[in-house]
Amino acid sequence: MARPARRDEVDALLGETYGRGVIGRGLGRSYGDAAQCAGGLVIDLTRLDRVHYVDALKGLVKVEAGLSLDLLMRLLLPLGWFVPVTPGTRHVTVGGALTADIHGKNHHVDGSFCDHVERFTLVTPTGTVDVSPEAEPDLFWATAGGMGLTGVVVDATVRLCPVETAFVRVDTERARDLDDALHRMAGGDHRYQYSVAWVDCLARGASLGRSVLTRGHHARLEELPDRARPSALDFGPKAFLGAPRWLPSTLLNRASVRVFNAMWFAKAPSLERGRIQPLHAFFHPLDGVRNWNLLYGRRGLVQYQFALPLGQEAVLGTALERLSLARCPSFLAVLKRFGPANPGPLSFPIPGWTLALDAPAGWGGLAPLLDGLDELVAEAGGRVYLAKDSRLRPELLPAMYPRLDEWRRVQAKADPAGLLQSDLDRRLSLIERDRAR
Amino acid sequence: MKDALGSPQSMLLLGGTSEIGLATAKALVSRRTRTVVLAGRRPAALEAPVEELRALGAERVEVLAFDADDTASHADFVARAFTACGDIDVALLAFGVLGDQRSAEDAPEQAVALLRTNLVGAASLGLHVAQHLRRQGHGTLAVLSSVAGERARRSNFVYGSSKAGMDAFFEGLGDSLVGSGANVLLVRPGFVHTKMTAGLDPPPFSTTPEKVAEVIVKAIESGAERAWAPPQLRYLMSAVRHLPRSLFRRIEV
Repeated sequence: MARPARRDEVDALLGETYGRGVIGRGLGRSYGDAAQCAGGLVIDLTRLDRVHYVDALKGLVKVEAGLSLDLLMRLLLPLGWFVPVTPGTRHVTVGGALTADIHGKNHHVDGSFCDHVERFTLVTPTGTVDVSPEAEPDLFWATAGGMGLTGVVVDATVRLCPVETAFVRVDTERARDLDDALHRMAGGDHRYQYSVAWVDCLARGASLGRSVLTRGHHARLEELPDRARPSALDFGPKAFLGAPRWLPSTLLNRASVRVFNAMWFAKAPSLERGRIQPLHAFFHPLDGVRNWNLLYGRRGLVQYQFALPLGQEAVLGTALERLSLARCPSFLAVLKRFGPANPGPLSFPIPGWTLALDAPAGWGGLAPLLDGLDELVAEAGGRVYLAKDSRLRPELLPAMYPRLDEWRRVQAKADPAGLLQSDLDRRLSLIERDRAR
Repeated sequence: MKDALGSPQSMLLLGGTSEIGLATAKALVSRRTRTVVLAGRRPAALEAPVEELRALGAERVEVLAFDADDTASHADFVARAFTACGDIDVALLAFGVLGDQRSAEDAPEQAVALLRTNLVGAASLGLHVAQHLRRQGHGTLAVLSSVAGERARRSNFVYGSSKAGMDAFFEGLGDSLVGSGANVLLVRPGFVHTKMTAGLDPPPFSTTPEKVAEVIVKAIESGAERAWAPPQLRYLMSAVRHLPRSLFRRIEV
């Protein structure tokens, strides 16, 4: 593990040779093995966290890649700007957001992270490149979602989203089943900048896919109550709860998750409009619990996220049915509509639907259940999210990412000697290499 | 690379004709394993297993010759096994001989030969494999020990002591690998119905190679350091270890 503090140290690290490869790492929030490199070198980039400039008039910021979105939000909100895309946690770096081409609740209108990146600096084993969609389109889009295998991003220039307040105006509604949820989302999402549905994976029969939709937009100043207006742009989220280490792995089981899900569904208002919520409560509820992942005990959890193209809603229903039949104890299942895809060959979002869920890794039926879902998804022209994957059968990768070979050609040009490697890449053979090497 | 659920993609089987070893290879291939290196004393004897593994879905099956007793050749052999298919996620050390207690007592050279294979050969190969696992930064070295090694019996102490020695050796080796990303799994089966035990009277808790394989696969996936087959033997053997010696020596098993 290397922790460079300056750019030129990254250049030097990539100028050497490693028998077992090298990969960049941000805050390690990928659920899988994207930022691990067994036996090789991992470059922790979190000390590269300087801000080059903020253009508060144009809404443009140039920062080093190891800066977290958390710090970026704290810096930008008082100036009336917000990050263009935020995932479910603030504790990711700009570099990680870029190389995983992350998406948020606004994908259906705003696209993914790389759609808002003006340019970035990429250190590759063959040299340092200033990359923008105009000057280096191939390398730009191969890096977007390229999981760090095209080089190490050291800085990025990102276009921001203007906001008047640090609050979101949220509408909540309940959907009685999957059809109802899909119908409401397809019909109404365009009216909201942010939209997501929490799905009860354990609901069966007529209530299969019952959901709670939360949709909203950045609250305008006049939408806040009078007393909140003077501090409209204050942003000070705190993690006030911590999960203890001694919890048993069986805490999250079928019964407890079923009770939780039923309560969560019942607690949600069947219809509520205009609730004003702080940004962090809307976007990053789990950041409020430090080490929430420890709830899953020693074996941890597996996160699974797939996308299905438009028109494959029936397959989504089949997938949910299988999850519900298998009684998979997942209390965080999230459904979202994706807008148009960007040109990145390995970028995850495709126009359609995406479902993300997590399950205890120690739960016995998980491997065959998810293997079956992989096949279902691949056959329907869908894919799983590489930033979250930790168990895909490698044979299915080319079917899920049909432009893989195109990506491999650009990748090979940036790294002809095969220096960049990660456990994710080894496990899935993302990069084709002579395995006898 | 093992996945998040602990399923390996590649395997090296030391003792390619071992029934427990092959049953484990089959169980792994029917999951995620696509690459298998079978190593045995007589490669010709491995043709049938190679076909079986291919039929189950293995994409790449390599055969290598090795001799557990020829410790001088081990460095080369293990290096070849690791270059044959890149990373090895699981190496299963499954060779071993049972010997004949009665004739070994009369002919000490037979006891020495057994100890050389089961203990010296295993230790030598284990160290070489561990070096490679440490370098690649991940992987499991699974070792077939035996409950016979937990307490040597009058009726079988040559074999028992060879397993006791290797068990202690690999427990220490496992501790030396902590922090490297690699680990050692000690498997302690009870009486298993195989050609090695054909003709012997099965004691209680006897099991089959397939059952042992199930235990091994589960232990690999969960990252366990020790596993008994069948699992109940863990508690039985714990009791057996604490029996007074005068009583233990009178038990006929």
